[in-house]
Amino acid sequence: MDLVQYLPQLGQGLLVSLQLTAISVVFGYAVGLLLALGVSSQLPWLKWPTLVIVEVGRGIPSLVVLYVVYYGLPSIGLLFDNFAAAAIGLTFTVAAYSSEMLRAGIQSVHRGQNEAAMALGLPQTSTFTRIILPQGLRSSIPALMGLAIQSFQGTSLAYSISVSELMSNAYQSSSITFQYLQIYAITGLVFAAIAVPSTWTSVWVEHRLAKGFA
Amino acid sequence: MTLLVTVSSFGIGAIVGIPLMLGLRSNYPPIRAVFRVIVDLIRGVPTIVWLFLLYFGVTFGHLRLSSLSAAIAGLGIISSAYLAEIYRGGFATLARGQIEASHALGLNRTTTFIRVLAPQALRTSLPSLTTFLLALLKDSSIASTIGVTEMVFSATTFSRQNPGTAGLTPFFIAAGVYVVVSVPLAVVARRLDSRLRRNH
Repeated sequence: MDLVQYLPQLGQGLLVSLQLTAISVVFGYAVGLLLALGVSSQLPWLKWPTLVIVEVGRGIPSLVVLYVVYYGLPSIGLLFDNFAAAAIGLTFTVAAYSSEMLRAGIQSVHRGQNEAAMALGLPQTSTFTRIILPQGLRSSIPALMGLAIQSFQGTSLAYSISVSELMSNAYQSSSITFQYLQIYAITGLVFAAIAVPSTWTSVWVEHRLAKGFA
Repeated sequence: MTLLVTVSSFGIGAIVGIPLMLGLRSNYPPIRAVFRVIVDLIRGVPTIVWLFLLYFGVTFGHLRLSSLSAAIAGLGIISSAYLAEIYRGGFATLARGQIEASHALGLNRTTTFIRVLAPQALRTSLPSLTTFLLALLKDSSIASTIGVTEMVFSATTFSRQNPGTAGLTPFFIAAGVYVVVSVPLAVVARRLDSRLRRNH
């Protein structure tokens, strides 16, 4: 079967998918944290714009975000190559979703922690960075791990703006061999082979964390 | 078209999800394991791969699924797995006492399940169901990649036909429609959620 000769191509695609995942998760979570801080801010000029960004980011399908970045932004003079466009688009979506998870995590920290820190005379900044934030981050870990798995699957959308990741390499191979069923089945299994064990890991981590708190 | 794809695949998922959920809750570990693998496998494969698999991969002799039916089938399969998991979560939150009380009242297992457990489980899983519906609404945009003429497909076509003037506008309009549909749904979901919480 000549399918085997296309496996390296799928492997290369997988590497690109993983790169995109890594970029969008690292930058997405960083931006997401900033957005979360913005939304929970008490200054209205900071709060409302960030809230709009977050809701727009969560409300628009990430496919549309990719189209806007890749096909849309050039019309106002911003031109990206397709990998950069995919990275930017996916980062934006991940940032919007993660900001809500981080905000929920930060808000779940008990009020008493804040009051205790105040009573100890800690300034507000270090109360936040050394007491509230670490605990908040910890309780949002399971949700963030789930999001990372989803964004790995989401990189398959970059196919639509012709980034040569796993999905578009699969498409190319299948349109040469016409063995659509086999190639997409293999592609699906590759995605599942990474996503499913990761899901199990995140469930395990969640149990561990839950035990730690009890 | 966006709504048609969303609603019909959600409908498929809502029905097919029930037997899958029963499998996940089976008393026999082998059956449970098999269904767990099926559900995880379905959820582990990205939407776009499912759609391409069904649209390009599945043939009946010389016939192929139309892009619309492939999209509905693909999103339907995915919804079934996710909804099965959501239903399961709903049942998992019920107190064991409910089952024991029904036994004590002499209800048989089917009646217990349909009249006692299912209504309560449905109520607790309602917020997750609406969240999933919103996610599905947005995932239906992926159907444009196999040529279903839903909203994003139309936006792309329009933008290609008028390259000079249109530019970003069609996408912003499409994006606006998604936001306009999903934000009120999200608000309703949040209200419903807080009301259900109050009752418990």
